[in-house]
Order: sequence, then structure tokens, then C-alpha cells
Amino acid sequence: MKLKQLEGLLGDLQQFTAPKAENSFDDITGKVVADFGCGCGTLSVASSLLDAEHVVGIDIDPQSLELAQENAADLECKLLMVSSCQIALWKVVCLNQLSATTDMHYSVGLLVDSVVMNPPFGTSRKGADMEFISMGLKVATRAVYSLHKTSTREHIKKVALRNCNAISAEVLCELRYNLPRTYKFHKQNEVDIAVDFWRFVPRARDEVGHVMNLDLDCEFVIARKSISLSIGNVRGRPILMGCLAKGRPE
Amino acid sequence: MRLLTHNMLASNARGAVTGYPLKLQVVKWSTKEAEPNPEFLRGMLPKIDWPALVAATQALGLPELLPEAPPTDAELSAEGAAADEGSALRRLHRALLEIHIEEGALVCPDTDRCFPISRGVPNMLLHEDEVRN
Repeated sequence: MKLKQLEGLLGDLQQFTAPKAENSFDDITGKVVADFGCGCGTLSVASSLLDAEHVVGIDIDPQSLELAQENAADLECKLLMVSSCQIALWKVVCLNQLSATTDMHYSVGLLVDSVVMNPPFGTSRKGADMEFISMGLKVATRAVYSLHKTSTREHIKKVALRNCNAISAEVLCELRYNLPRTYKFHKQNEVDIAVDFWRFVPRARDEVGHVMNLDLDCEFVIARKSISLSIGNVRGRPILMGCLAKGRPE
Repeated sequence: MRLLTHNMLASNARGAVTGYPLKLQVVKWSTKEAEPNPEFLRGMLPKIDWPALVAATQALGLPELLPEAPPTDAELSAEGAAADEGSALRRLHRALLEIHIEEGALVCPDTDRCFPISRGVPNMLLHEDEVRN
């Protein structure tokens, strides 16, 4: 897919998305942003254009990432794309560890401020969208921006607040999204769907007992076409590692 | 790949204990100048794994770039630090944000599994049977 085509496909939606996010909150400019399942990098590029200090785009598909880099280069973005994995193949170390040479006043912090994503809607594989939200909320310290089908609004709100560690889940706006047939399992040539643009705010880490105190060797690995989270331990300090594996439907 | 991203990555290969920090092998790297953002760097410093960052600069052949201990907040806030090329702030800025690894590899410290960096993109893909259970 060429940039022009990408623009055609995603243009209105994505260009609308990120400026809206930025205009309302202080989550992107000057921040570290991760784009989960970045594909051709639209949201990564958008974040970068909004002067995010550092953007990491993550995707399973190296070809998408090559295109994403081209797109980024075209727009002179200082982007970095990380090609990723099929299962738990790479990790964002989030809770960084204190080290021996570091003074005690350095607190444990998370590297990624905000997560942006346009995850699968969870239609073909139920729950895929919630896994993305859940991981986003574990990785981000400030906010998670995400797109979901309007028809799932109540469900998403309920699960995000109850199970995914969000203290707030807010629909910023509703968009119309013209989705052309992309995958084999799509039955129609194109569908016009209503999509919500969400902002989730994660609970502050020290309030989250189950993240900080979880058995540190415990690791969830959900196989293909999914994301998973693992909690690890480096030099006696907990690190939270998000493993992304957004597979393409077969 | 910036060293800031190197600081975030770990290996999930089977047999890895922490998989962190990844050893850096550099074939080619470049400098892309960026505008220093003191506020960002002050906020980022506490979150960085300092020894991992220092090890990465040493792997690059820049042992002088960073001191053994992280700079203090006062050093980073010093007046004129952003304009002074030798300041702790500028060195940190250079290490985290201006150096880009173009070609090379990341090596798991526990298993020696090698993750290639090609055209600036680290490929952390593992085969299914290589993944830690």
C-alpha cells in the first residue's frame, strides 16, 4: 500500500483523531508515545507531527514497518519503528528498575507516557480489542487513545473500568469509518461503520496492587493474533513488559 | 533505533532470565540532530536504566559520552546547559535521542539469541518454539 492509498483509506479518520487528542489533553506533545499495531504508521506519524518527543511504532509485519518508515521519512518524522513478533516476542520494559548507581531519590517510573492504537475490533477474534486496551493501560502512564466500534461502547466501558485498570473511559467523539474489504473474512466489499474514539486513563501505578505485587515470575502469553502481557523482574525490580503480537487473520 | 528504545527492549527468548539489557552490536550508526528538550530529559532520566544506557554508549565506542553515575537534577537544570555542547544535559540528549543505530544487532544477555537491526529497525521476532513459556 502506498502512502497515497493509505491516506485515502485512513486519512480523514486518523488526521481527525490525533489533533483532537492533542487539542484536548496534554498527552502527546513532548511525550513518549507507543503505537500498538502501528501498521503503516499513521498514528505514529500523527503523534510525531504533534511533536511527540519519541514515538515507537510496533507491529508484527516487517513490510508494514518498511512502509511506515517511508511514510515517516516522507513527512520527516523522527520515528522509530520496531518490527515485532508473533507471540511474546518483544517487550516494552515499562517499569524501569532502580540500579545500584542510582540515587534513591530516583523513583520507579514508566517509560511510555501515552499509547495510541487502532486495534482489531474483536469481531473476528472475540476479545482482541479488550486485550489491546488492557495492555495499553498497563504500559501507558498518562492515557490510551483507541478506536472501537460504537456498537461495543457499553461493553468496552464496563470492561475497561472493571478489568483493565482504567480510572476513566471516555468517548471523545464518534466517527464514521468506511472500511473497505481487507481480509478474507470480510464478507462485504465495504462497510460503513460507526467508530468511537476513546481516551482511557490508567490508574496510577502505586494504587495498582496487582501490578506491583503480582508474582513476578508470572507471565501470560496469549498465542497468535493477540497481545499479551508479562511481568518480569530485572535486578530485583519489577518490570512490566508488554508483548505485542497482533497477527493478521488467516 | 535510538538508545532510548534500546533501554525499553528485552529479550523473550526461551532460557532468558531477564533478557535485559540487550547487548548492542553496532555495524553502522548515525547522528541525527534533534532539538534538546530539557524538561523531557529531566522527566525521562529517573525512568532510564542508567547502566544499560552507559553500556550501550560503550558498545558504540563512545566511552567518554556518559559518566558512570547519572547526572543530578541540578546538573540537568543548570543555566545554559541546553546551549553548552559539553553539558550533562546535552550529553544525555545526544545519547538518548540523537544517536541512531542503523545496522547491527541486539543480543540477549542470557541466551545469546541475536536480534538483527536492519535499516534502523530491530527485529525482535522469535520463532514460536523459541519463545519463553
